Amino acid sequence: MTTADLKTTTARPARQAAGRAAPRPPGGGRWRSAALTLGAWVAGLLFFLPVAWLVLTSLHSESDAASNPPAVMAPLTLDNYREFFGTSIWEGPWPPLINSATASLASTALVLLLALPAAYALTIRPVKAWRDTLFFFLSTKMLPVVAGLLPVYLFARNIGFLDHVWLLVILYTSMNLPIAVWMLQSFLAEVPSSVIEAAQLDGARLPVVLGRVVAPIVLPGIAATALICFIFSWNELLFARVLTGVRAETAPVFLTSFITSQGLFLAQLAAASIAISLPVLAAGFAAQDKLVQGLSLGAVK
Amino acid sequence: MNTTTTRTPAPPARPAAGAARPPRPSRVSSWARRAPLLPALIFLVVVTQLPFAATLVISLWDWNALYPDDRAFTGFGNYGTVLGDSDLRGAVLTTALLTATVVLVSLVLGLALALLLDRRFRGRGVVRTMAITPFLLVPVAAALMWKHLLFNPEYGLLNGLLAAFGDLFGFTAPQPDWISEMPLLAVEAALIWQWTPFMMLILLAGLQSRPLELTEAARIDGANNWQIFAHLTLPHLRRYIELGGLLGSIYIVQHFDAVFTITAGGLDTANLPYVVYQEFYQAQDYGVASAAGVLVVLGSLLIATFALRVVSSLFREEGSRS
Repeated sequence: MTTADLKTTTARPARQAAGRAAPRPPGGGRWRSAALTLGAWVAGLLFFLPVAWLVLTSLHSESDAASNPPAVMAPLTLDNYREFFGTSIWEGPWPPLINSATASLASTALVLLLALPAAYALTIRPVKAWRDTLFFFLSTKMLPVVAGLLPVYLFARNIGFLDHVWLLVILYTSMNLPIAVWMLQSFLAEVPSSVIEAAQLDGARLPVVLGRVVAPIVLPGIAATALICFIFSWNELLFARVLTGVRAETAPVFLTSFITSQGLFLAQLAAASIAISLPVLAAGFAAQDKLVQGLSLGAVK
Repeated sequence: MNTTTTRTPAPPARPAAGAARPPRPSRVSSWARRAPLLPALIFLVVVTQLPFAATLVISLWDWNALYPDDRAFTGFGNYGTVLGDSDLRGAVLTTALLTATVVLVSLVLGLALALLLDRRFRGRGVVRTMAITPFLLVPVAAALMWKHLLFNPEYGLLNGLLAAFGDLFGFTAPQPDWISEMPLLAVEAALIWQWTPFMMLILLAGLQSRPLELTEAARIDGANNWQIFAHLTLPHLRRYIELGGLLGSIYIVQHFDAVFTITAGGLDTANLPYVVYQEFYQAQDYGVASAAGVLVVLGSLLIATFALRVVSSLFREEGSRS
């Protein structure tokens, strides 16, 4: 109650004052503020340091990469990336990268296809036990993937479906579907019901309402959902490792061939790690804010 | 929540629209409501629940793929094997320890990072982007990086920095072999590094949704920074902390990549997901692997519930003291 009262009475002026970025505590606040800024930069740099080192190593020659003390100032080269990507699209990392792209994109599309109607049934025209249904969806996420791995493996082997990208598509879809339903319903729930009712009063039929009124509002939410499904599918290792072989190998499985490398290919390992992370890094940086909202199942605005 | 409550007591617009419809939804219309839900529900039940049911059944059988003729019902024998074997029992403990450590430490670090990034300062966007990067690296790539580029005793960055530091101050720095000397800590460090940004993102969103007016009012009333943090900020962050802890627990208790990559389950770092993988993929012992799988499920349910309880009770105490 008091929160709401305060909000309505003092919200505007307080926000504006804060927005002008005046140092809030007067007097000795300047030194404190400088120290906190420095602390933030140091913390950020510390977290970034390993990645910076990974990038630097990927741009060094193998001998510079494996030197001790670390050769920070060694000349830079793109040779490792050239070596990694190779020349032909039929060999090297390309088939795994293509498999990863196929599995991630196809399963993301399938997730949206299944989750959008479900989220619609849980929000816009909710079914009776919509809350229980929603919790059922989330509870399947608590079921660790390893717990169903063996039967899936046996079944796929018996029908000759092992080492197929489409097997991964199905499993990644089941892995991401609960999260997607949950996220989409929280985005749909934000559409004000008055907007929908107003459109219906104007005589608009349901498809028109959905396409013209609801879709534009929830489109960013759908994009965030798709992004997160893509990232989780692209990163997945256990299923891909157990259920694929030569043909349907994905990029993370391809990376595991570097696990035992004894220093000889350090720079190449770094280049491979960066290259395979690139789609996720690009997508993540491009949509930082949506990522937050999505990762918290839409609960955090 | 908001959808039903705002929509059932419909404003006067409803009678006009409702008059055309029968007062109670007919069987047809209630199925029309449910229909969009069915594809997703059926898909999930078939792809996740059925295999888990099969896992439950297999876990009650003595079944090793290398001796296919010796298949026999054994009841809870496999569970006895998992809990009786000291290695496998160790995996249960490792899973609990790994999950608790990673989630708690990354929550605390994430909170510190979020508090630092909540203020306006020059370059905040850059710092935020740098801090998020660990979370965006493909997990296998991150684990490989820790194993070879950071932990390596001969040319890893950690020992390189230690040596450089020693040179600077004129002493011989120790050069530990991180992975073999502190294997579990090594795995935890890599995971904490990856998950702190996740916690930071959620908590930062929480901090920025906090009503500033309240803080201002408290400050005018003479509250100091610590009091504001303990009595206003922390209680407000409670649901965000719970959410981060819950999601983090769900993912870490199932985590496979770092254990597989950094130590290959050796040196007492095998967690339950790795044991399932090993029993099934290498030892081909389907029965034991399934029992371990069921235990992972129990463990993740337990951890998720427990984490929530602990966190909320902590806050309840904090709240009652004020």
